[in-house]
This record gives sequence, C-alpha cells and structure tokens, in this order.
Amino acid sequence: MAVIETKGLTYTYPSGKKRTLEDVSITIEKGEFVVLTGPSGCGKTTLCRCFNGLVPHFYGGKLEGDISVTGLRVSEHSIHELARHVGLVFQNPENQLFALFVEKDVAFGLENLGVPRDEIRKRVDWALQTTGIENLRERAPHELSGGQQQRVAIACVLAMQPDVMVLDEPTSFLDPSGAQKIFEVISELNKEMGITVVLVEHRLDLASRYSNHVLVMNEGRVVLDGEPREVFNSETARLIGVGVPKATRLSQVLEESGVDLGRVPVTSGEASHILKEVLRRD
Amino acid sequence: MIEVKDVSFTYVNGVEALRGVSLTIRDGEFVAIMGQNGAGKTTLVKHFNGLLKPTRGEILVDGVNTRKVSVATLARKVGFVFQNPDHQLFCETVEDEVAFALRNFGFEEKTIKKRVAWALNLLDLTEYRETSPFMLSGGERKRVALASVLAWNPKVVILDEPTIGQDQKQKERLRQFIIQLTAQQKTVIIVTHDVEFVAECNPHVVLMAQGEIVAEGGAKQMLTNPDLVTKASIVPPQITQIFLELADLGLPTDLIDIHEAREALLNFLGVNS
Amino acid sequence: MSVFDGLRFRMVSSPIHRLDPRAKFFFVCVMFVIAVLFNQLLPLIVLFLIQMPLVFVAGVQREWIRSLRGALFLAVMIFVINFVFAYLSPGGIQGIEPPVDTLPEYLMLFENSFALTLRFVVLIESFSVFFLTTSPDHLGLALEQSHVPYEFCFAFTTAVRFVPVLAEEAQTIMDAQKARGLELERGNFIKRIRNYIPILIPLIVNAIRRSLELAETMESRAWGATEKRTNLYVLRLKKPDYVLVMMSILMLVLAVYVRLFLPVPPLVVILQI
Repeated sequence: MAVIETKGLTYTYPSGKKRTLEDVSITIEKGEFVVLTGPSGCGKTTLCRCFNGLVPHFYGGKLEGDISVTGLRVSEHSIHELARHVGLVFQNPENQLFALFVEKDVAFGLENLGVPRDEIRKRVDWALQTTGIENLRERAPHELSGGQQQRVAIACVLAMQPDVMVLDEPTSFLDPSGAQKIFEVISELNKEMGITVVLVEHRLDLASRYSNHVLVMNEGRVVLDGEPREVFNSETARLIGVGVPKATRLSQVLEESGVDLGRVPVTSGEASHILKEVLRRD
Repeated sequence: MIEVKDVSFTYVNGVEALRGVSLTIRDGEFVAIMGQNGAGKTTLVKHFNGLLKPTRGEILVDGVNTRKVSVATLARKVGFVFQNPDHQLFCETVEDEVAFALRNFGFEEKTIKKRVAWALNLLDLTEYRETSPFMLSGGERKRVALASVLAWNPKVVILDEPTIGQDQKQKERLRQFIIQLTAQQKTVIIVTHDVEFVAECNPHVVLMAQGEIVAEGGAKQMLTNPDLVTKASIVPPQITQIFLELADLGLPTDLIDIHEAREALLNFLGVNS
Repeated sequence: MSVFDGLRFRMVSSPIHRLDPRAKFFFVCVMFVIAVLFNQLLPLIVLFLIQMPLVFVAGVQREWIRSLRGALFLAVMIFVINFVFAYLSPGGIQGIEPPVDTLPEYLMLFENSFALTLRFVVLIESFSVFFLTTSPDHLGLALEQSHVPYEFCFAFTTAVRFVPVLAEEAQTIMDAQKARGLELERGNFIKRIRNYIPILIPLIVNAIRRSLELAETMESRAWGATEKRTNLYVLRLKKPDYVLVMMSILMLVLAVYVRLFLPVPPLVVILQI
C-alpha cells in the first residue's frame, strides 16, 4: 500500500522565480525506509514540507500536481490533520524544543490535539522509553547535548503515533556517536513498529545500511529512484555529486581495473564480506 | 608557530574544558583537531587568537604570549572562520562584508579595494559583490565568511567544523581550497569530526577527548588505530572499516584512501594468481 | 554571561517552591496592598520581617540578597529624594512644625523617608520571593489555568526557554566579530554604540530565522488543532496552599482594621527619643 504518492508535483515558493519542485512523481510504500538525497538546494527539504502540508498551507506559493499522504490529499487537509499521520523532525535540534522540561515538550503535540491527560501520560512515557531517554524526563533542553536534543525531538513526534516519520538531515549538527544513536533509534522505529521512514541525508555511508529505497534529487527533479545498490552504482549519482558510499566506490574502481566482485556492496560490512569471498576464492 | 604549553581552561560556570594540553603547530602545517562534541576542540582553537586566555599554562603565537596582546592584534596573524556564517554576516553587500575586517585593521582604502577583489575572486564570489549576503545560499554564505577572513591574508587560518551541512561537491571544493592555502605556506587548522573528510585531506591529526589530547600523528596512523579512534569517540573511515575486517587475510589495515585500497587489493590478487 | 545567569531557572524543591503559584501570587498581592496602606515605619518593619522565614525555608538567601542589592541604588534614590523634598516642604508629616530645626524633627523626617524606602524594599522582597521560588514552567501553567489565552502562556515559557540560548548566541557572535578585528571598547561614546551594530544585526537575523523554524515545528505538531487543548500537568490547590491563602486573608483583614481604627505612632515616639 502506498503511504505517500505524488504525481507531477510542481511547486514555486511565493518569493521564488524558479520552480523548486519540478514534476515529482514518486511512490513510497508502507514500512519502507527511504533515503532522500541530492546536492544542497535540490529541493529535498521542500519535498519534505509537502508531506505534512507545510507546503502549501504554511508557505503559500503555487502547488500543482497531486500529492496524497496516507490516503489524504494534502491540498484538502490542514497541517494539524496531517500531523496525526506524518511527523517531521528538522535539522536543528535546538529549534524544535520550546518547553522548559523534556517531558512537557514530548506532550506538546498531544496537548494540541486535546488528548485526555491519562492518555498523554501513557504515550509520553512510551515515547521516552522507546527513544531511550527516560532519564532525561525532567531536564531542561539547554542542558542536553545536540544528540540528546534530537532524540527528544524524535520522541515528540513519536508520541503522536504517526504512520510516517520524515527526518530532514537530523544528524548534520551531531558528532559520529550522536548520529549513530539517532540512526539506531530511527531504524528500530522502522523495523519494530513498522513506521515508514523518510530520511534526508548527505552521509550515505551511515544511512544506507538501514535503507531499502533511495531517491536522488537534482534541481527540483527526482533523478534516481530505486534500490540503494542500483542507485549508488549508477553513473548519474556520482556525476551530480552524491556522496556515494566508499564501499560502492571501491567496487567501482576495482571493476575499472578488471576485477568484478559479482555483487555491488553498499555498506562497509557488505564490502568486507564480499571481498573475503572473492579473495578466498582466488 | 603556535606553542601550547600545559594549558588548562575552566569556563566561568566551572566546566573544565581543557586539562593540561601541550601541542606545537609549525608554520605551514595542516592540522585537523578531532574528537567528540564537548571534547574541547573549539575551546582549544579559541585560545589561538586570544578569544580565550588559558586558566593555567601559556600559549605562544610566534613567540608572543597570548595573554599580553589583544584579540585584534592576534587576529592579524590568526584568522578564525566560525562554524555558522550567520553568526558574522551583517553588511548590506558582500563587498562590505569582506572589507569589514580590513577597515577594522586600518588598511588604506586603496589596499582594501585590491584585497577585497582578490578575496572575492579567490572564492569565486565576484559576481555577488553587490548582492546582500542574506540573499545567498548556505554554501555561498559560508564562502563569504571565509573570504572575509582570508582578505587580510592571515598566516594561520582556523576553520571550525567547515564541513557541517555541506554536500559532497562543496566538500570537494573546500578540500581543493585548503590544498591551495597550504601551497601558499599558510598554516591551516580545521576542527572537525568528519572522518571521511580528514581521510581525503590527509592532514596531521590531533585526537582529543574530555579536554585532553589523546594522541597526535599522521591521519593514516591515527584513523586506522582502532584503540585511538574509540578513545576519541569517532569511527574509522569506511575504507579502514573494510580493511580492519580483512586483516586475517593478511591485507594491510592502515588504509584510508580508496586508491590505496585498490592497489592493495590488486597486489593481493596478483600475488595469489 | 553572568548578567543572564540570574535569569536562568533552577529546579530546586522546597515547601515554598511546591506551593501553588496562584496561592503565592495572592500572598504577594496582599503584601503589596498592606505595604501601600501604611507609611509608618513600624508596620513596614513587621512586613519586612514576616517574609524572612519564607526566604530561609526556600533556601534562596543568596539569590534574594542579590536581588535586594540590585534594588539598592533605587532605594537610596528614593530615600534621598524623599528626605530632600520633605525637608523643603515638611507639611503633612506628623509631629513636624516647619521649618525643620530640632533634633526630634530631623529624626522624624529621617524615619518618614526611611519608611517610604522600606515600603519599596518590601515590594521588591515579596516579588523576588515569588519569582525565586516559582519555576517559569509553573508560572506558565498558572497563567494557563487562570484562563489567560494559551498563546500568551506559550510565548512566556518559550521566551524563558530561549534566554540561555540567545545569551550563548550573542557570545558566539561577539567572538566571531572580535576575530575579525572588531574592538568594542574603542572610540568615543557614539562610536562605541556603533560598534555593537555588527553584533545586533546577526543576532536579530538569527532570531527571526529561529522563530520561523519554531513556527514550522509548532505547525507540524498540530498547533491549534482544537480549541479544547489539554495539559499534561494540572495545578491543584493543596492544604499548604489553602493555609497560605487563609493567612494572607487574615493579615489583610488585620491590616485594614489597624489602618482604620488604630493610629500607629511613629517609632521615634514609641521609643521616646
């Protein structure tokens, strides 16, 4: 079942002269872990904003074509209706927390929806537990590290029990260990709870391990759409400056030198596994 | 030359950010200071242009104790590009932004004109000279910030987390640019936790954790040592990760570059066949 | 940074902290009214002393003294102005026949000015007790449950939340501009004010950018979905709160009675100086 479906989606910001999205037609199935990537300014963030109606309801501008999310046509439903189904996590963790205590922030969305207090308590506890931050419950946001803040932001969205979680470069301000934790949390939500994940990311080496669907955008268009292996291995990906995982690059340079590994690796784990087989065989 | 002699630093709120750090950075060296957020990397480099003064120990920049001179005096020698360009851009045009520091340092208008033109050209910004910096994209704003520092031609250039939020092409451009700077005998110091970028640049690496220097040495030596990498809470480069797994086959594990990796594998296959 | 430290809230717990902000606010209002009812020294001294136990039970002596010290300048001003003006036209003050020339008259004048100063100090005292023992979060909640529109309460708590963030940002911006040779302390008065432009503009631009991002996040979390917003926390008046409210009412009644039916003699008369 398609969770997100767009047909010929084209969008121009009110102040913009150029189209930010140009004829985007994609289908994201339920339970997929989608990595959305492409050079800076290619329209990734704008596409994410379409998923919960920030575009066009918050930003205005001209939206053409069709987009529906969990069966709801975005143009016909308000942001807060869509918010029950789609959660957005943004790049800067600092600007996503506005309460004075973590717990209160996690409850914010549910309070807005008018969920009864007992139910809020239950869901807040659950969200904190699932993201592994129960111990931060009573801390103030400015006492937390960037990685912790970002996990709180995920818990905030999770508490609303969305079907889809969209994360726009959630790790770009974090160090490797902070980023790793975020990826683990997201992958668990995807695997254990079946939440569909759309992750915008430049650092494909870390993200590709969890993904089963990659979209590459360039200049407002989706230029590649498919399995990670096939997308990363394509010439187009490298030419438009996507940070193809080194494992894939290695198999490419080996092939140029006449060594065919038989399979294209995406992660370093896969690469060493395939290499072991090939090297032992010879 | 920057000499850090047994420096400790404690913030007003009592956080001990540096603990007995000693380090020497020679002229023309390219250094990457790496470690987790909160390891003390930025605190350390803020000492190099006098923004922070050590609580204990001392820092000498070309033999001058940083305690004895103003930030403005040190800044002539040590340029510092902050992580977020939006923390410094404020002028109406890119040209004024780049001229800001030159005016502060009291350069003559004629010299300022020449230097601004030079810096804009260097960073490929000449077409935006009359544009407001706020109208530019994130990557372009980063370049304006860089140009505004390079304009006064400092001997040392510090870049704080230059790769954050940058895509592959922008990173490659930055790498080329750093090579250009080192070719001009400038000392370049980057603060980063981007292992892949460091692996591609191959600088001298200083690993930090909890306010102390864990180890320093060549990028290859530092990043391929699993113990050191763990201590500094970073992950080895992808290529190294692959080869650490292949160690029992008798392949070298001290590889960080994709071309080295190819050579090693081809050699191995050649020997076997 | 120390300027902002005073604005930071701390999670402390004491019987006073745990009181309902509404009960505490009622108490503060009563103190306010009583202080305004009297201009004699004796009742104001009582009012001042009566609040001391609260400060000690809450364990906020240090902060409390700091806030009183902050009010010192104004207090001195109030004293001097009152003394001077009362000296020039002493009519209306009990027991003084103009012109002021005898010692008892001087003492009376002194007591009168001191009482008016103490009135101000009492007001400061009770408000600081309130703000030092009430977390902004509780305050926001109290506002919300007192049917203040939610938008205002939200704006209030969010503003408090971002005080430390903006303070840090201001520091970073200052560092970034100093690194480009800006010297804040240089030049005459006008020049010094102008020196702050490179700091203010990025600060404002970033605040605007930040608020846009915050708005985006709020929208994404169903802001305004329903008129009937619920709340994770709820404030309920408990026994100690009722005790405080009852005590405040009694004090008010007593004060009104004294003011109407019992003349309060000046301290000078009581002590028969």
